Amino acid sequence: MDNLNLSKFCIRLGDHCLIMAHRQSELCSNGPFLEEDIAQINLGLDLLGQAEALLIYGAKLEGGSRTADDIAFRRPEREFYNFMLTEQPNTDFAFVIVRQYIMSLYLLKTYQVLAKVEDETLSGIALKALKELTYHERHFSMWLKRLGDGTEESHERAQTAINELWMFVGELYEEDEIDLMAQKAFYAPTGIEMKAFLMEHITARFTESTLTTPKDIYMTTGSKKGIHTEYLGYLLTEMQYLQRAYPDAKW
Amino acid sequence: MIDLSPKEKVYQLLAEVPDPEIPVVNIIEMGMIRDVEIHYDGVEVFLCPTYSGCPAMDMIDSMVKEKLAENGFVNTVVTLVYKPAWTTDWMNDETKEKLRVFGIAPPVGKASSKKGMLNEEDVACPQCKSTNTEIKSMFGSTACKSLYTCTDCLEPFDYFKCI
Repeated sequence: MDNLNLSKFCIRLGDHCLIMAHRQSELCSNGPFLEEDIAQINLGLDLLGQAEALLIYGAKLEGGSRTADDIAFRRPEREFYNFMLTEQPNTDFAFVIVRQYIMSLYLLKTYQVLAKVEDETLSGIALKALKELTYHERHFSMWLKRLGDGTEESHERAQTAINELWMFVGELYEEDEIDLMAQKAFYAPTGIEMKAFLMEHITARFTESTLTTPKDIYMTTGSKKGIHTEYLGYLLTEMQYLQRAYPDAKW
Repeated sequence: MIDLSPKEKVYQLLAEVPDPEIPVVNIIEMGMIRDVEIHYDGVEVFLCPTYSGCPAMDMIDSMVKEKLAENGFVNTVVTLVYKPAWTTDWMNDETKEKLRVFGIAPPVGKASSKKGMLNEEDVACPQCKSTNTEIKSMFGSTACKSLYTCTDCLEPFDYFKCI
């Protein structure tokens, strides 16, 4: 895998983390109670750190003049490659939990593979992130159980979140030419492997939480080509505001 | 007085840089300094971040450069190293005791064990040492800590997670 394609691979993974981190940061002071508010932003901070490390490495591999900050704050939405699932809004606390839970599984599986690659930078980032994701997956699966197996209302709202977000899960096991190169270069999970991993864990957890896994439905596609739901534009408007209003502003 | 090599001198100075979040321990005790190299044009310090998103990283970076510059080591470069991943296993007993005295329960067990990693060990209250404690929140004042309460002396306290 040449540097330019590896760079695309890193930036894409960094984009998932960055957008997830931003969604979690929106919960700051808006969490259901103080401890959970703190938990959400702590987890978001982990993801922001992973995004930063991945974008710095992506920028370096590109070999051009773009920095990680340029990549994060100066791209329009058509140049972002995060999954549509990651950008879905915090409609309800259950949406946060379902979205982050499924993405935690995706990242866990991805980092497990990356932790073993020969590339020292990439395996270093993954090894560190893997420890963090262990906590994330645990946090969100505990919440799923609490919501699903809680009151009638919490159950209903968790099920609604699952039903509404399900169409975005298909993208997590899609493959394009970058994925195929990564599979060849360092045994990145194939679409089939990723799907099997996700479905095994999701189904077991949903069943335990008295929630129903949706049947095969229409799945959206497009984020690997920069196509997104309307929500990403609004998210970027806020996230990139400072650099757009005051280009080159430094902390 | 024994003459120190430049590398030893740098280590001695780094031992004077406190962890910005936990001022009773320094960055060497925290296991964050992985190596120091003396180049002809400056010093390179290899720093291992505790968490990917640790907000203290930039602060530590500037504290290291400032401390070394004050003592004649200009042109310091701080290079982040991720591998091997930072672990609380690198803290020695003395460091753990410093944390306890400061009011933070030190990590219990080994990060390599699942029990330690997932906060399933008994955590002793840093005040009265009772192990009748309960977890209030997996996440505390910083990413590296959880919030506990002692059911004997009723004191709430931070626990440094095993990672």
